[in-house]
Amino acid sequence: MAGKPKLHYTNGRGKMESIRWLLAAAGVEFEEEFIETKEDLEKLRNDGSLLFQQVPMVEMDGMKMVQTRAILSYIAAKYNLYGKDLKERAWIDMYVEGTTDLMGMIMHLPFQPADVKEKNLALIIERATTRYFPVYEKALKDHGHDYLVGNKLSWADIHLLEAILMAEECKPDILSAFPLLQAFKGRTSNIPTIKKFLQPGSQRKPPTDEKSIAVVRKIFNI
Amino acid sequence: MSGKPKLYYFNGRGRMESIRWLLAAAGVEFEECFLETKDDLTKLQKDGSLLFQQVPMVEMDGMKMVQTRAISNYIAAKYNLYGKDLKERALIDMYVEAVMDLNELLMTHPLQPADKKEQHFATLVDKATNRYFPAYEKVLKDHGQNFLVGNQFSRADVQLLETLLMAEEYKPDILAKFPLLQSFKARISNIPTIKKFLQPGSQRKPPLQEKDVPKVMKIFH
Repeated sequence: MAGKPKLHYTNGRGKMESIRWLLAAAGVEFEEEFIETKEDLEKLRNDGSLLFQQVPMVEMDGMKMVQTRAILSYIAAKYNLYGKDLKERAWIDMYVEGTTDLMGMIMHLPFQPADVKEKNLALIIERATTRYFPVYEKALKDHGHDYLVGNKLSWADIHLLEAILMAEECKPDILSAFPLLQAFKGRTSNIPTIKKFLQPGSQRKPPTDEKSIAVVRKIFNI
Repeated sequence: MSGKPKLYYFNGRGRMESIRWLLAAAGVEFEECFLETKDDLTKLQKDGSLLFQQVPMVEMDGMKMVQTRAISNYIAAKYNLYGKDLKERALIDMYVEAVMDLNELLMTHPLQPADKKEQHFATLVDKATNRYFPAYEKVLKDHGQNFLVGNQFSRADVQLLETLLMAEEYKPDILAKFPLLQSFKARISNIPTIKKFLQPGSQRKPPLQEKDVPKVMKIFH
């Protein structure tokens, strides 16, 4: 059965959000089945749908795919967002791993105890502005192209835009020292599929709030 | 210029070990440059060799590659250890990602503070024997083939073997309930390139000793 990909996760960003971004950017319509209680998760586990008992899980092309990176790599390759050869792929992987590390820090922030939150937020801002963003700014500066790799839209660009927007939620002027990233953000946001995803009513999820933190803690026992 | 890949890391397993395994399994000779002090790391950071100021870094094919997964993906694809199509690749990725999750638990055990060690060990054993090993045992049982994916040797087999051996270092009988994983382990260990890597004198690194933990922490923190 061809059908649309079906995403299994909680109704929030978490590890599934990058997958939503990539599918949306590729112009692929998808369905979502939200895990709302511990029982929902247990049911998925008990019916053997989750290879390692974990979500994200994406039903697609006859597979029940798990592991975020496996899913993302498959989508990127299928929809020609993974470069034209091994070396371009390597660069895309390097860039994506960097933005994954940054977004991982931001993703965990709401779940941390109050006494370390402030310190970790400061660390996120420091890493974003001294370790990660300078790399992408330089990449764009060095080749002068619109996209990070191979003068063509790839997974790396989509992931970077997602990371930029997430970082701006932490500190609205976080791109102030990065003119090329600001232009990149404007340009990439205007790509029709991405523009659509950024509009209200899309399947993009809002930042994690107190209510969803409580739900996630309950479902996953954390 | 020798043309061999050059690995930059400290003289220990850490995140570089999977890369050593993969190169060795592919029969690729490589050189290593060991970071012994914080200054060694700082020097690499200052001369612009490390894209995100971090190691592992592998100089290969004119690139200074960083990020463990990017490096491993490149090596696997270059040496035909990444399946024959997108779907096989997806399966390999799924298996490898889970192995990396388990590896992370194993790798970070020596670094746990004394009061957390026992709990961490229990978690490690629980996850290995209740979550990960049953999944791989089932994969092998369901298709009855010698390798995890596509009836062909791949990166997934290499990385699983690495993890099985590491898990046994923590608990020698950890594979007791997994007969297919036991025969998998024996079979893959006998592949000539891997057999060679498992012999003394290879570039395989020993487990991190308690006494070496402070030195490692000093380089990276």
